Amino acid sequence: MIEILDILVNPNFWAAAIRIATPLIFGVLGALICERSGVLNLGIEGIFTAGAMAGWMAVWLGADLWTGVAVAAAVGGAFGLLHAVLTVPFGLSQHVSGIGVTLFATSLSYFAYRTALPDVSSPPRITPFQPLKIEGLSDLPFIGTALFQQTPLTFLALFLVLAVAFILNRTPLGFAIRAVGDNPAAVEAQGLSVFGLRVGAVIVGSALMAIGGAFLTMSAFDAFFFGMVNGRGWICIALVVFASWRPGKALLGALLFGAFDAFQVRLQTEVGAFVPGQIFLMLPYLLSIFALVVAARKADYPRALLKPYFKGQR
Amino acid sequence: MIRFEPRENVSTRRAVGAPVFAALIALSLAAIPIWAAGADIATAYILMVNGAMGSVFAISELLARATPLILTGLAAAVAFRAKLWNIGGEGQLYAGALAAVAVGSGGFALPPYALIPAVLVAGALAGALVMLVPTLLKVKLGADEVVTTLLLNFVILLFVQMMLEGPMQDPMGMGWPQSEPVLEEAMLPQLIARMRVHAGLIVALVAAIFAAILMRRTVWGFEIRAVGANPSAARHAGIPVTATFVRVGLLSGAFAGLAGVGEVAGLKGYLTADLSPGFGYAGIVVAMLAGLSPLGVVIAAIFVAGVFVGADSMSRALGVSSYLADLVVAMSLLCVLISGLFVRFHVRIGGSRLTD
Repeated sequence: MIEILDILVNPNFWAAAIRIATPLIFGVLGALICERSGVLNLGIEGIFTAGAMAGWMAVWLGADLWTGVAVAAAVGGAFGLLHAVLTVPFGLSQHVSGIGVTLFATSLSYFAYRTALPDVSSPPRITPFQPLKIEGLSDLPFIGTALFQQTPLTFLALFLVLAVAFILNRTPLGFAIRAVGDNPAAVEAQGLSVFGLRVGAVIVGSALMAIGGAFLTMSAFDAFFFGMVNGRGWICIALVVFASWRPGKALLGALLFGAFDAFQVRLQTEVGAFVPGQIFLMLPYLLSIFALVVAARKADYPRALLKPYFKGQR
Repeated sequence: MIRFEPRENVSTRRAVGAPVFAALIALSLAAIPIWAAGADIATAYILMVNGAMGSVFAISELLARATPLILTGLAAAVAFRAKLWNIGGEGQLYAGALAAVAVGSGGFALPPYALIPAVLVAGALAGALVMLVPTLLKVKLGADEVVTTLLLNFVILLFVQMMLEGPMQDPMGMGWPQSEPVLEEAMLPQLIARMRVHAGLIVALVAAIFAAILMRRTVWGFEIRAVGANPSAARHAGIPVTATFVRVGLLSGAFAGLAGVGEVAGLKGYLTADLSPGFGYAGIVVAMLAGLSPLGVVIAAIFVAGVFVGADSMSRALGVSSYLADLVVAMSLLCVLISGLFVRFHVRIGGSRLTD
């Protein structure tokens, strides 16, 4: 018990929790925007990979870090456009199209990486984002270490939670996006474009997912590895249900997940001698399944989620 | 503005032609990445075709590679027919492989003639049990099976790694994370001497015929299709929806489990954690290319296997990354999705018809 308390009162633990949560915050927000408009985006896992690869590659080719983030977002948006075209005007199965986008984005990223770097034994490194020093805050005891020694992308993620919550809940655009995910016919009756809103939401959501991927190669690590996304996208899809499609709860879910993941890593060093490491590595996935099952009972899905809409049809 | 007008009747010729057309489009799109990689496009295609079917050896490799793809393709095809989105074929494949090794490496005292059947049954059972969990979570608790099956893939792969570094590690394996070898008597026989194609292919073909008969000619198959078409209508019609999901989930998992059996007991002879280069996910593409038809799965699996085997052999010769195969397979899925539109609809752009 004492060891567990020791872990929890260590500010470095909370700093790690927030760091682990950051890509998930981007991913959950992105998935949430898509789903609120009525489109499930299972392209997320591949879009994470594409964002991680494209952002890193841009920087490795000489761009600065923020340009890299912009490139990642643009690439993510492009895959989002693909998914949106297939599922919105074409009305194809969102499940299968999403899996298709994931397979396409993943294999294209891997192929591009291998083609650009045919035979490197160790992945080349870039200089990643450094923790932001905030005068006065970063030096505070405990809070300073836990909260204010993160890289800029973490602060961007936290800011986006507020921005997405504000836009969805307080602006006409947000109202239209939520309405198009619940009752597209009513939105069309208002003279708004169902296609436009959905396609836009999927593109923006996918761009956010890709920035989540870019965080991995440009902030958490400094290189691109095959398989580095490792299910984070799927975890985000589970967290969206857990968060009942609300940005605030999405942040909470991602942070809880980050805390749990940071905790299992530290627990592993405590009791790793007695329990195989894979048990600990399984826990995040099992936790996500558990969170999904718990939330599923009372999940209030956007009513038009998965349902294609065609003009003049009810 | 693009408009889709449903066709009154879908011709068989069109329904069969569309996926073939989609596969050809995806194959031709491969020219772009081949060109980007700086290889000669014509040479690359010739090498791919030769590598996939230019010799008896190539055809043996093609069929060996098609074997797991037929089974994971069937796993996706039967489940998707009920709109049970089993994306966990990869994990179920590993579960089947693990069970096959556990039974086949001499862990249980079985007479030699019982070994092969026991290995097959154990693998199918393991795959089915793994799929039972997300199926029950779906029907009892409403948890989306897409996410649970996807996440279970990671859990199972970690479990396999744990077993391979722990209780099931080969004591003669010099510390490598690999299982004990499958006993000689438990290995599926080779179909051609000194070639890798093995009796798992027969198992896969029998499974495809079984699935075709089940789906077309039995009450259970009718119920699966009815649940997929409209679950609430099926429930009103008195079809046991929950039981149908459980049945099709078990069957789907069993097919994927058998794919794992073939890989260890037909090909490798032991289990490592890199047994499958994504057969579970490629099975989804196979099923979609086949239009979810069990017999179509066989043909689609041979096509996808050809892409993998051909691209592998081409990439060794020309230095083009073998991820090209994954890329072509992914593009096939997207192309077949789009081509399906032309089967079911007249596509109009503006006022004029794009298709007849």
